[in-house]
Amino acid sequence: MTKSLDLAPRRAATPSRYATFMSRRASLMPTFAAVAILLVLLISAQARFPKFLSPGNMSALLLDNAYLVVLAVGLTFVILTGGIDLSVGSVMAFTGILGASLLAQGIPAVVAVPAMLIAGALIGLLIGVLVQYFNVQPFIASLAGLFLARGLAFVVSLESIRVEDTFVLWLQRTRFNVGGWYITPTGIIALLAVAIAFYVLLWTRFGRTVYAIGGGEQSARLMGLNVARTKLMVYVISGVCGGLAGLLLTAYSGAGYPRNGIGTELDAIAAVVIGGTLLTGGTGYVLGSLIGVLVYGTIKKIISFMGAEQAWTQIIIGALLLLFIVVQRVIVTRSQRRR
Amino acid sequence: MEEPRPLLQLTGATVRFGAEAAIDDVDFRMFPGEVHSLMGENGAGKSSLIKAITGAIPLDEGELRLGGEVVRFRTPHDAQLAGVSTVYQEIDLLPNLTVAENICLGREPRRFGVLDWSSMRTRARAVLADLGLDIDPASILGTHSLAVQQLVAIARAISADVRVLVLDEPTSSLDVDEVAELFRVMRDLTQRGVAILFVSHFLEQVYEICDRITVLRGGRLVGEYVPSELLRIDLVQKMLGRSVAELGTRARPDSTPPETSPVIRGEGVTRTPGIHNAGVELAEGEVLGLAGLLGSGRTELARALSGIDRLDAGIITISGQPVDLTSPRKAISFGVVYSSENRRTEGIISELSVQENITLALQAERGILRRMRPQRRRELAMSWIEALDIRPADPDRRAGTLSGGNQQKVLLARLLALSPRIIVLDEPTRGIDVGAKVEIQNLVGELADNGLSVVFISAELEEVLRVANRVAVLRSGRIVQTLPSESLTVDSLLALVAQPDEFSEVASLSTAEPDGSGE
Amino acid sequence: MKAIVKHRLFWPSVALLTLIAINTIARPQFILITVRNGELYGALIDILRNSAPLMLVALGMTIVIATRGIDLSVGAIMAVSGAVALTIIDGSAEPGSLGTVLIALVVALVVALVLGVWNGFLVAVVGIQPIIATLVLMLAGRGVALLITEGFITTVNSTPYEFIATGYLVGLPFALLISIAAIAVVALIERRTALGVLTEAVGINPEASRLAGVRARGIVFSAYVASGLLAGIAGIIYSSNIRAADANAAGLFIELYAILAVVLGGTSLMGGKFTIAGTVIGVLTIQTLEATILFLGVPSAQSPVFFALVVIVVVLVQSPRLHSWARTAMKTARTRGASDTGPRAKVAS
Repeated sequence: MTKSLDLAPRRAATPSRYATFMSRRASLMPTFAAVAILLVLLISAQARFPKFLSPGNMSALLLDNAYLVVLAVGLTFVILTGGIDLSVGSVMAFTGILGASLLAQGIPAVVAVPAMLIAGALIGLLIGVLVQYFNVQPFIASLAGLFLARGLAFVVSLESIRVEDTFVLWLQRTRFNVGGWYITPTGIIALLAVAIAFYVLLWTRFGRTVYAIGGGEQSARLMGLNVARTKLMVYVISGVCGGLAGLLLTAYSGAGYPRNGIGTELDAIAAVVIGGTLLTGGTGYVLGSLIGVLVYGTIKKIISFMGAEQAWTQIIIGALLLLFIVVQRVIVTRSQRRR
Repeated sequence: MEEPRPLLQLTGATVRFGAEAAIDDVDFRMFPGEVHSLMGENGAGKSSLIKAITGAIPLDEGELRLGGEVVRFRTPHDAQLAGVSTVYQEIDLLPNLTVAENICLGREPRRFGVLDWSSMRTRARAVLADLGLDIDPASILGTHSLAVQQLVAIARAISADVRVLVLDEPTSSLDVDEVAELFRVMRDLTQRGVAILFVSHFLEQVYEICDRITVLRGGRLVGEYVPSELLRIDLVQKMLGRSVAELGTRARPDSTPPETSPVIRGEGVTRTPGIHNAGVELAEGEVLGLAGLLGSGRTELARALSGIDRLDAGIITISGQPVDLTSPRKAISFGVVYSSENRRTEGIISELSVQENITLALQAERGILRRMRPQRRRELAMSWIEALDIRPADPDRRAGTLSGGNQQKVLLARLLALSPRIIVLDEPTRGIDVGAKVEIQNLVGELADNGLSVVFISAELEEVLRVANRVAVLRSGRIVQTLPSESLTVDSLLALVAQPDEFSEVASLSTAEPDGSGE
Repeated sequence: MKAIVKHRLFWPSVALLTLIAINTIARPQFILITVRNGELYGALIDILRNSAPLMLVALGMTIVIATRGIDLSVGAIMAVSGAVALTIIDGSAEPGSLGTVLIALVVALVVALVLGVWNGFLVAVVGIQPIIATLVLMLAGRGVALLITEGFITTVNSTPYEFIATGYLVGLPFALLISIAAIAVVALIERRTALGVLTEAVGINPEASRLAGVRARGIVFSAYVASGLLAGIAGIIYSSNIRAADANAAGLFIELYAILAVVLGGTSLMGGKFTIAGTVIGVLTIQTLEATILFLGVPSAQSPVFFALVVIVVVLVQSPRLHSWARTAMKTARTRGASDTGPRAKVAS
């Protein structure tokens, strides 16, 4: 409205450092919240169980959940574009049993491992094509992927298959020790995935297009960004991560098992949301997803330390997820009202 | 500064949607370094013209020349590459990314295939400084006000060698200082030879900034004018025009309302940002017209009176009882019904049949348990189809396939089936052919004769005068005056709607005391 | 004839009948129904009985989808309701008494109802997207069920309870009767009252419905409550069938099959017009397909592959892009030989 009600000068003195910080980093707030929650959990756990923060325990925290880290990384790409991928748990199981089966038949790891990644990529490609070129809702498309992967897992084998391959076992058995801390190659792979994703999302045009699609697909297209190819690729990435997670889980458990990962996609989605990525897309950080997985793992560990049933993990994660979603919704309605 | 050759020239442009022409044989031109305004009421064809220039829709007939050469844009991106950029009302940027990215993405600086952030920030800072703007390139766009986001959108446009910049309603959400800032930037750009198409319904701003004005009405070109040679009142008259009044019009209604207390009354009705401190009252059997230009607050007032939007301040009384209209459902229970100006999105449910549309509100009012029997629904639908002459007279036809006029009748049938006491009609005759227009006007008259109270909004002043007993004139979100319609002519109403201060004779025309707080 | 083909139930019915025909050709005793002790038996009867849980869940899903929503938590609600019922029976002094069973049923259904209210509250009142809102319960619900059963698979020996899934009444399986009753009740409520038409209006255009005075919020809310209750009943049938409460396996993936059944039946995922009959046909089709796969000797764990293909085919058939491809393909085929330059297609924005 062109009423002149405001006679005060519009631009105040140079904005405070706080204001500048907020205007540059506002979207980091949810991730900070996740870090805060993690610290609170760790500290209260240490208070309750004096041995909690031991190097051994903390190292195990990452390595027990390495597969989930990788899944969350892949999911972050998809969710940033405003989509969702329900198939990741099943893809993990499928590629895991596929790899185990190939190895058991004597095929060398140098062939089996890439095969796992390619299998994951193919399922991701299928979902991406359905979403991008046939305008299928991501929910339904990834549902088809879930069905397909789960069924194929059982086609490969109805029972679990042990893995004897030296390379795969080396991934999990080897430990690099520094003081009391240790890390295995699986852990390194997981952290590497995070690092690569971080780099891509921040430093490449592809990564910024991912964010742009989440911010407004039409606007991104108008800006000349290649929306179609990017939307397709994020699902392929999620599929590859599913394959990678299959490798890590198979190494971890020493076997492929077609019943793996039932419901794991939910844990991964929860980790990503808790880590500060909005399910509506456009905002979020892959480092946040890493934090989210650590939160999940910490809760699981605390529950086991307490001797309580593992079922509590799911309930608490569900409650945390709800809390984050409600807060996100309140923030959104508040900012809409202001507009 | 004028060069003899126009920078952008549109000749004989026609765009059709189905059988109707959104613009018909329109000529339009812009010279480098000028600010050109495109004016017209809703449905005049402005947005179609803009879409044709910016590549969003193709021309069915006609030719577009840029810099003398014929161009054909297939996508908005083509237009952008050719130097025609648009800043829309809903900013087409990415609020979750930084200002620098919003300016540079799509042609961002890269080093070894990787984004060069510092170079991007420098470039953004340079562009912003060029426009005299002090905005932090590393800040996230969404944290800034709409005004700033708009300026960033303009910055993006000029960072890519723009020749023609289209600004679509850029000032709707800006305050005075922000508008001044925008105008400064615009003048800056014109110094460099950029042609700016300024689309706005704020007359004062158009007169302040524009070098030339093109007026559209009903999809056709009315003319191209220079502001200094065109009186405001003449501009408004060209925009609104005079409609054909010969088709069996009703006698002008008796404007002395009965001496009973008002059926509905609103005092201090406020809903920011649309309407401020408005006072209206309506007697039984009376038709109150709301007249004003786009953005004057007519729709906001109507929605506030019918419970569609909650009031920020003010009281509404129905038959003397103050009511709190918290929802449309509540309003309906008090006998107040509303017909939205967005017939397609807020009125008719296109996928449902005519019958289902007509019976919807009545069924909702009766509740879930008291379902209307199929025969009863059929009867009701058929009787309304007949009474309002809805064509085609097929109750099972999908409502979305009907013409605008018949859709409006279906909507009216739905509302009238509720036996309301007060009916608020927002632009009921917009986009409807003349014959149907008159039908609806006559219908309004009949309803009033039968004791219904009607609030009638229309951009066509002649229609308002023909239908209403009294007219409330709105400007900039306030009711300026409320006058009996017999004391007004189309010219005097035009003057009130446009700008009263210049015309002292109008002030003496007002015989009734103004309702509410006038200026 | 044209009217029959155009009817939206035509293709789903054809699909189902084709499946039945194929099965009958493969093994003629497929459509054989025998009577023993006044009770009906046969492959078709098995399908009808086994489809009961999916039928109930799909009915609820249909209503929720009609409001433009979705309910992913139905599997978890099934698990919870089974867990509650069996824990009560297990913990009681007389697991075999009808009274105990009735109490267990009532409590379990009340719990399921409460969970439905929870979902409805999140979606209709707080305004959270349905996918996300029901995702929370999908995640946490199984945990709750596990807690109730304390991590074990609670088994019971209770004749009245077993009757639910395996018993017969008036010659038909009791579970089938529950199914039929549910279909009848839902159809009656939706079509004999005004709830159906109002729900459709809300699903198609919530804002226009609101302006017309429709109680949109209440309608959306009650859709999730209904879905929860129906899932609760489904959970009881399931646990009665295996005589146990398996919190991990109960209703696993059932939400996905339910969505598939709704889509197969012709209701659009975008909300609005819905068809209960279509969902019924969809459920029967899925169940028959499952039986066919099993008969072919494919291990049931591998059957999801077939359903993935079904999902893909269905969405492709419904996809507008495919239609425009088909149209252009037919056009090029027709105009091959005759050269014509038609007008460029108008892109309305």
